[in-house]
Amino acid sequence: MTTQRTSGRRKQAMAAAAVVAALLTTAACGGGGTDNGNGGAKNGAAGFDAANNKVAQADQAKKGGTLKFASSQDADSWDTTRGYYGFMWNFSRYYSRQLVTNKTEPGSAGAEVTPDLASGLAKVSDDGKTYTYTLRDGITWEDGKPITSKDVKYGIERVWAQDVLSGGPTYLKEVLDPKGEYKGPYKDKSKDKLGLKAVETPDDKTIVFHLPKANSDFEEMLALTSASPVRQDKDTKSKYGLHPFSSGPYKFESYNPGKDLTLVRNTEWKQESDPVRKAYPDKITVKFFTNANELDARLIAGDYDLDLAQTGLSPQGRTTALKEHKGNLDNPVSGYIRYATFAQNVKPLDNIHCRKALILGADHVSLQNARGGPIAGGDIGTNMLPPSVPGSEGQKYDPYEIAGANKKGNVAKAKEELKACGKPEGFKTTVAVRNNKPVEVATAESLQASLKKIGVNLEIEQYDGSQYASVVGSPSNVEKKGYGVIIMGWGPDFPSVQGYGLPLWHSDYILESANNNFALIDDKDIDGLFDRYVKTLDDAGKTEIAKEINHKVMEGGYYLPFVFEKFINWRSNRLANVYTTDGYSGQYDFVNVGLKSTK
Amino acid sequence: MLAYLIRRLFAAAVMLVVIILVVFSIFFLFPKWAGVDIALSFVGKQAGPDAVEAVRLKLGLDDPVFIQAWEFFKGLFAGRTYAAGGDVTHCSAPCFGYSFRTEQSVWPVLTERFPVTLALALGAAVLWLIFGLAAGVLSALKRGTLWDRAAMIVALSGVSLPIYFTGLLSLAIFSHGLGWINAEFVPLEDSFTGWLGGMILPWITLAFLYAAMYARITRATMLEILGEDYIRTARAKGLREQVVIRKHAMRSTMTPILTMLGMDIGALMGGAILTETTFSLPGLGQKVLDAIRTQDLPFILGVTLITSVAVLVANLVVDILYAVIDPRVRLA
Repeated sequence: MTTQRTSGRRKQAMAAAAVVAALLTTAACGGGGTDNGNGGAKNGAAGFDAANNKVAQADQAKKGGTLKFASSQDADSWDTTRGYYGFMWNFSRYYSRQLVTNKTEPGSAGAEVTPDLASGLAKVSDDGKTYTYTLRDGITWEDGKPITSKDVKYGIERVWAQDVLSGGPTYLKEVLDPKGEYKGPYKDKSKDKLGLKAVETPDDKTIVFHLPKANSDFEEMLALTSASPVRQDKDTKSKYGLHPFSSGPYKFESYNPGKDLTLVRNTEWKQESDPVRKAYPDKITVKFFTNANELDARLIAGDYDLDLAQTGLSPQGRTTALKEHKGNLDNPVSGYIRYATFAQNVKPLDNIHCRKALILGADHVSLQNARGGPIAGGDIGTNMLPPSVPGSEGQKYDPYEIAGANKKGNVAKAKEELKACGKPEGFKTTVAVRNNKPVEVATAESLQASLKKIGVNLEIEQYDGSQYASVVGSPSNVEKKGYGVIIMGWGPDFPSVQGYGLPLWHSDYILESANNNFALIDDKDIDGLFDRYVKTLDDAGKTEIAKEINHKVMEGGYYLPFVFEKFINWRSNRLANVYTTDGYSGQYDFVNVGLKSTK
Repeated sequence: MLAYLIRRLFAAAVMLVVIILVVFSIFFLFPKWAGVDIALSFVGKQAGPDAVEAVRLKLGLDDPVFIQAWEFFKGLFAGRTYAAGGDVTHCSAPCFGYSFRTEQSVWPVLTERFPVTLALALGAAVLWLIFGLAAGVLSALKRGTLWDRAAMIVALSGVSLPIYFTGLLSLAIFSHGLGWINAEFVPLEDSFTGWLGGMILPWITLAFLYAAMYARITRATMLEILGEDYIRTARAKGLREQVVIRKHAMRSTMTPILTMLGMDIGALMGGAILTETTFSLPGLGQKVLDAIRTQDLPFILGVTLITSVAVLVANLVVDILYAVIDPRVRLA
């Protein structure tokens, strides 16, 4: 192996110039064509933000053709039990179905749950502890055999086999079997390997879930990819992700990890059995790139239709696209909040006034700019509930006037808080930031610069981002290293305060390693609100509790939100029936994207 | 000659065992000493204690390190079976390890990607030898002329400019700009012309860097040799200049060039990371970069071993060629 003989700042500067040169040339000659401002483009692109929370060019979608994805990142796993990446959940709807799934509608409607394999939403009984579903007719696997309730149960049971199938979300395991009594299908002694007591399958069409304790988000959890059916005789255990057996409109034709993936039509899938998926294209391909700039150039040149990872164009590609191809871009809210959190086990951040001093003293506009500005970075974050989560008040709830009077930092108020904290001259602490996220490093530098004005000296320490679970995820290490400020981001697994905030704010989630409650919030009120939330079955009541939890978190001064994140995502001229959905954090809803032409 | 050959082969075999032990220690022993739990590197994100324990069991990470090393060594020749949690995975010989991230044995993936790396290295080597040697020899023969200066300026640029500069520039101009070349990689079995189109820019980019170095070395060596007594003698004998250069000067010049070529091709067998990344070529370099990014240790280990073996073999070949070129070496 060689990295070849290159090094030095001069070379890096030259490389940067090359990138710019490359993209300028590309911009001049790209195949995307130019558009006429924000509206529809001459080349057929729908226009800037035309697919953001609304459907663009729905009537132009035709059956057939090849939809071409490109990506600089492969999925963590294509196994429905193991995948955790947002784009994997989105993409997996091509080849997997669940009892219920997110609605195929734009914006917030897309985050609502709708029946998929089931003929209707759950019949909830026993004070929210029993959920009963009946499967619809005509649902089949890729070999034509019917999908049964036992297949659904077996697929769910696989979540318990964490010793073989690690990586995916484990909400179902925690809710259905909190004591961990079931050991998973691979250690199941029962003849049919369906020994999970909390799930019953009285016949092939009926499945009943018995929850030890009610959880009002249970149906949201069943909409996760990890609740997909898996057929026992097709379960290749740890290797299932290399070729999952399809229950959806497409099936795996070939997959070379890190190189390419091709899906073709599952001819056994019947449109009338699936009210959710339109299945327009005949074929779906994914090509993996290692060079993000090359990927963007290829998208802009029209060689590919969509970026699979949906994390926005790179800065260079973004500049070119905004200038030359604005009509091909959408600017959705990602569902993520980017923030700094204050570790209470590092003095003096155990004192609420010291924490508030940091929130008030920071220059929030500068932080927003460090994240990429209002378009590429997002709106200034004023609280800790993402806009896609019910209960969110967006910028209307701004207890520290972060986006208002204090948006450039309020030195006087910050100093008052420092006085109340017993540190009138300020203090020194360390900010821990992932070294593989240049934007986060820029944010740390911005924070460092603005807090200097109130006498708070931040020392920036970059750490290996892939090791975050043991570096900032270990409270003892955080204390030892004195990481008073930790820069991070978080998005909801499913759009609810539980799906977003439980691991961040509930005291039960303070862990020795892989901890995400960095602030070590141990507030009985917040814990109590979460307990109330899971027992509350009506949506209005849940929304109110979500608001209350958010308010409590903000009042504690544990977080300094930077932005309600936004991305700039690319869609090619060829696409029709394209829209972003809150169900997948502002990504395009892959499963219903069509092509205008089948060529 | 036979004794020399046997000596070199024996030394290479010993070196190979040492390399395996050293590489294995770097990946498995040193982290243990540093208190790092290697099992965490083999599981996905949010892996619970069950998953980590299963990996420990599967890989035998709780065994003494020398037993782990022996199992690894044995796996190279006899294959290996990993079992835990009711899941059994067999890795056939030569087993260079198994990735629990991609659920693939390392060896088949590396062999599948190797032809791309080989084609890149060999194609580029042909180009850099042709242009590097020609430029070096001509510069030496026309020392101080405009040609010499121009060639050395180009060579200096080649050495100084990083691949990710020249690579992106070539893509911008020839692929995205002028549209002459579709720089996307196409497997050879799918289309020869498509494959050629996808390889030509990487070849030129990689060759530009190496040709520059070879030109400079050739020029310097040639100049030194042209000043030797035996060259003067050859000229004094009345030999034609072409013969003097080709038969006497070039042969001596080739010795250091051959050494460099062996080392460079050997090192490139592990993947030209920057070139493969810039052009998204599915070779070993791209794989190792991806493995580093995802902390996929078995692949990093596999590519490291392959690179070490390739350098070892290249050195062995060079040593043997030395002996052919210069009989004194056989007696050393």
